[in-house]
Amino acid sequence: MLLAAVSVDLSRVQFASTSIFHFFFVPVTIGLAFIVAVLETSWYRHPTQEYKQVTRFFGTLLLISVAVGVVTGLVQEFEFGMNWSAYSRFVGDVFGGPLAMEGLAAFFLESTFLGLWIFGWDRLSRRVHLMCIWLVSLGSLLSAAFIMAANSWMQHPVGYTINTTKNVAQLNNIGALFTNPVFLWGYVHVILASLVTGSLIVLAVSAWHLKKQRNVTAFHRTATVALVVLLPVMVLILFVGSELGVVEDKYQPMKIAAAEAQWNTCTRCSFSLFQIGGGNNDQTPTQILEVPDLLSILATNSPNGTVQGLNQLQAEYVQKYGPGYYVPNVFIQYWSMRVMAYLGSLVLLLALWGAWLLRRRKLDRSKWFLFIAIWAVITPFFMNTAGWLLTESGRQPWIVQGLMKTSNGISPSVSSTDVWISLIVFYGSYLLLGVVAAFLMIRYGRKDLEAEEAQEAAEQEEPELVY
Amino acid sequence: MSLHTIWFIIIAFFWCGFFVLEGFDFGVGVLHTVVGRSDIERRIAINTIGPFWDGNEVWLIVAGAATFAAFPSWYATMFSALYLALVLLLVALFGRGVSFEFRGKVSDPKWKATWTWSMAIGSALIPVLIGIALGDLLHGLPINKNHEYTGSFWGLLTPYGIWTGITFLLLSLTSGANFLVLKTRGDLRARSLVASRYASGISVFAVIGFIIWSRVISGGVLPDPVAIFAALAAIGAFVAADQKMPGWAFGASIAAIGASVATIFVDLYSNVMVSSTNSAYNLTVTNASSSSYSLKVMSVVAIITVPLVLFYQGWNYWVFSKRVSAPPQDESEDSLRTLAQSTETPTHAGELQERKT
Repeated sequence: MLLAAVSVDLSRVQFASTSIFHFFFVPVTIGLAFIVAVLETSWYRHPTQEYKQVTRFFGTLLLISVAVGVVTGLVQEFEFGMNWSAYSRFVGDVFGGPLAMEGLAAFFLESTFLGLWIFGWDRLSRRVHLMCIWLVSLGSLLSAAFIMAANSWMQHPVGYTINTTKNVAQLNNIGALFTNPVFLWGYVHVILASLVTGSLIVLAVSAWHLKKQRNVTAFHRTATVALVVLLPVMVLILFVGSELGVVEDKYQPMKIAAAEAQWNTCTRCSFSLFQIGGGNNDQTPTQILEVPDLLSILATNSPNGTVQGLNQLQAEYVQKYGPGYYVPNVFIQYWSMRVMAYLGSLVLLLALWGAWLLRRRKLDRSKWFLFIAIWAVITPFFMNTAGWLLTESGRQPWIVQGLMKTSNGISPSVSSTDVWISLIVFYGSYLLLGVVAAFLMIRYGRKDLEAEEAQEAAEQEEPELVY
Repeated sequence: MSLHTIWFIIIAFFWCGFFVLEGFDFGVGVLHTVVGRSDIERRIAINTIGPFWDGNEVWLIVAGAATFAAFPSWYATMFSALYLALVLLLVALFGRGVSFEFRGKVSDPKWKATWTWSMAIGSALIPVLIGIALGDLLHGLPINKNHEYTGSFWGLLTPYGIWTGITFLLLSLTSGANFLVLKTRGDLRARSLVASRYASGISVFAVIGFIIWSRVISGGVLPDPVAIFAALAAIGAFVAADQKMPGWAFGASIAAIGASVATIFVDLYSNVMVSSTNSAYNLTVTNASSSSYSLKVMSVVAIITVPLVLFYQGWNYWVFSKRVSAPPQDESEDSLRTLAQSTETPTHAGELQERKT
């Protein structure tokens, strides 16, 4: 039964793919909502036509992202019960709470005030309208907090007991979920990543217009806002990301050992920039350009730190949890970590370059910078995806670290055929949604501000006809 | 009252709220193709629900998530049993959800037609599918002693479930038509009035059939007060539509849809999901619920957030109910009508379209 044998894998592929796709839009929404709120604040303070134009301009991009983010988010919520019913039954008492809070405290806020914002330009006072976009931004930040609290519990379960008669995990300390160190660092990391994503999009769009020498003052201003957000955030995120690594090494040492393909325990461990070969069946890949002590520093904050090796951890886990293979996919760990870190470093260089050009007042004339800034828009999507692969693939074979294995979490009543069908349907729909969203983003990202103004003039006579 | 009963009521409340609010925008989503003949008319129809639909849809998300938190077993059994039906539901939600934002972004007529139909079909399918899902809870599905569904996709399509789904669709169409009557003018309004009469007339039969069937399934004789109220409200919606009292018709139609959803939950209690295999395998508010600590935490969250949500969503409706069109002489009616100056002045509409392209 080939079909039945791969049922877990199919559900994993589906959950991973739908999450990755969903998370193309989530950071765009969080990041852009914040930047649009900043732009509208500028308009509130200096009510020039220009600020209003750029607020609406980037607001349109935000709305396209929200539309896809919302519908793909529904899939995520449904999938826990659809594909992972045994998991849901086991953890719902703990894990369901943050999800319900996300709906009650965040999604309502975000979607209601977004509706008010879209339609309220002529209905609401400027102050109230500004408040709406900030509440949208707050809603998006809150929703990330709740979902990260839930996710962090899967990485490092806290605040629960196991009810042995019902064989379920039960919440006994809600505070612990929100003070979970994995949550605290992970949440900040995700928010910073979203700001990087949002500011890189604003930067790329602005660069495109600057390169065409269109609406130079307006887009010079938005490029400045993007760089002012990007530079400090990029510095912070490298620090937070490395701290998150230290926290994870404490609770999920397999994840970190696999990220460095560190098969045997070491002290003063070096970090390899590249390797040839590797993976779960190759314990002696050729490692190129090793930086001494760096892995120890990244994993433990000390050059003398000990990093446990995969072989030792495997032996330890067999003793603790019984026979089984506890090493995550080393290839994915090793490379996702590097894709994230290397692209992050390149983006930091880009931000420094941009800041330097800004200081020299040459930003709008540096063809090379503008060219690279436009193409840099694809980097956050790779970084975000790599980050999630590192986190979630590194948790395997656990669905909840140390408590439940992924293979035990699937829905017994759902057949492989069912999952094949849903997988094909989701891939088809997402391909379509992705293409349309990208097409609209590019189209509206390239629109002239004057065109935007003409549209606005038309709308002033019919202010309600937004859609 | 025990905490799990309270949470059963809260979840029932979320489902009712979802249909009361989102029901009419499903109706508008379907009807904009029928009552709106030109693009501008369709745009006006869609824009009547523009500021609201997204917030309304969160009620669905919250109903699902609250079930997960308060009754994990219910959520697990229901969502895995309904697997393929939910895949279909999600596709309908995609088609509808993105069409609002996508439709107006490109002025090509083919593009607009694509998203118009994806909105209409999605809006029609969603109430039907959710109706089937909620109907199945009461009707019963083959569920074994481990609370796992043992049937196939076709087993989900119970006759009662399908009837429930169609009833929800008809009630959504009724409230959608009434909402359009309240929010538009001219031809659009006239056509919506006709739609309201037809939809509410058929709904009366659907609702009466639904409440009798619900009663038969749950094994009682006399319908409960909520079910009777649903039937009366459905009749009231028809009478009001016939008498051209759109405000009353709208109120009655959303009351009918809310009470119909509530009927399922009233008849369901204290089960949350009936097993047609053996009533001993029923999921109940006690055997499916979370621990009392967890329910307490969630109760605190609900007490704080739900009133707040009701308040700002109410404010949202208030802000956009005050959309008065230019010369506001005719008080009562004018305060409700909002859009569509342009329906009466086609040249203006043409101008607008031209400028858009």
